[in-house]
Amino acid sequence: MNIHDRKIVTLDRAAVLADARRETAQLDMPSRRLFGKRLLTLGGLSMLTGCSLTDDASVNTFLTAVSRLNDRVQGWLFDPHRLAPTYTEAQITRPFPFNAFYSVDEAPVVDGDSYRLKLSGLVTGQRAWTLPELYALPHAEQITRHICVEGWSAIGRWGGTPFAGFLRRVGADTTAKYVGFRCADDYYESIDMATALHPQTLLAFDYDGERLPAKYGYPMKLRMPTKLGYKNPKHIVEIFVTNTYPGGYWVDQGYNWFGGA
Amino acid sequence: MQTTTARPPASQPLAHGMRPIHPLWLRITHWLNALAALVMMFSGWRIYDASPVFPRIVIPTSITLGGWLGGALQWHFAAMWLLALNGLVYLALNLASGRLVAKLLPLSPRAVFADLRAALAGRLSHADLRHYNAVQKLAYLCAIADLIALVLSGLAIWKSVQFPLLRELMGGYDNARVVHFCAMSLLAAFVCVHVSMVALVPRSLLTMLRGH
Repeated sequence: MNIHDRKIVTLDRAAVLADARRETAQLDMPSRRLFGKRLLTLGGLSMLTGCSLTDDASVNTFLTAVSRLNDRVQGWLFDPHRLAPTYTEAQITRPFPFNAFYSVDEAPVVDGDSYRLKLSGLVTGQRAWTLPELYALPHAEQITRHICVEGWSAIGRWGGTPFAGFLRRVGADTTAKYVGFRCADDYYESIDMATALHPQTLLAFDYDGERLPAKYGYPMKLRMPTKLGYKNPKHIVEIFVTNTYPGGYWVDQGYNWFGGA
Repeated sequence: MQTTTARPPASQPLAHGMRPIHPLWLRITHWLNALAALVMMFSGWRIYDASPVFPRIVIPTSITLGGWLGGALQWHFAAMWLLALNGLVYLALNLASGRLVAKLLPLSPRAVFADLRAALAGRLSHADLRHYNAVQKLAYLCAIADLIALVLSGLAIWKSVQFPLLRELMGGYDNARVVHFCAMSLLAAFVCVHVSMVALVPRSLLTMLRGH
């Protein structure tokens, strides 16, 4: 009786094992083939484009993390009193190159009469500013080098009001982390407070002694010789102060956020 | 009577207490440097293409890394940490151990010319990988100096406002890009010659992998 029972169990176990092996073998084959296929595609892609590494999610996560680390390192390297070199009138690059994510004839047309600069976020004086009011603010000029993320550089002359003075005038919380910008061309950008308060950071209304033309950012751009070109927003319509990381048009696509020179 | 069994010949040099031709730290820093320098070069080419210093020289995008400017910049500014930190470890250990002086110095122009002539005539011996010939010494010293020039000119480009001394040393921002490109070209030439020599003396590859 006892022996008979054990035999059935043994037989059953053998049958189940055999079944399982057959099933897993069947399951295994297509997945293995699929894996091989994917491996081949990956290899083929990397051979064709040479950049498939960049399409890998984990690689992108790693590179983004290093980019944020580089933000912190640059914030630490940034000396709030170190001035960018200035140049003479004769060294100005003429014509100064136009650069945007659209062509020069697509630059936004802003009506100066109806224009109002909006302030928001951690700012006590949240009133809108007209252009004549802004033009009446203390004036400063600079001839500095504009450095593009692409590598080229050009020397230009900007005039406007020192941004640190403007922020204090409007009652901005200068202990906050970020100053953000929204622009008439749907561009958006944000900078660290230390750079916002740098003596050469200018809310620029003029270029080379004239009102800023549309191609250079009418009615105003933030001019920072301590940052790369894409960090200098043009056609600004709103400025806000915040502790929440706002990102930026190019930054959200992979450019480094600090973007300092 | 008990007789000792013969050991396999491969383990003999180490069993006899001989030090490896390349110590472990050198092999590790060499391969990390190779990886970092290649990533820097392939991503740097993509960055260069965004606005070529020499408009006639454009690098085919198929041999670059990063896919687009933003991606290439991410690779470049990630690999720079590996290149710089690994380079500092290499230099520190190389100087502290006395290996740099022992292996790469002294070096005279006369010795370089003599060995170059011998090399071109095919009379230069590579039997002893422990010993570098004068041309090799010069090439390795140049590669080290060139990598330092690459890092310094790169820093001048990256932080032209924060490092004014470096910027002026490079002749200004725009010129720092020229220096960076020329130093890259020299490194690319070194890599070509270096890899060719390894192909001619394959044993040197094993030495750099196993140490002996």
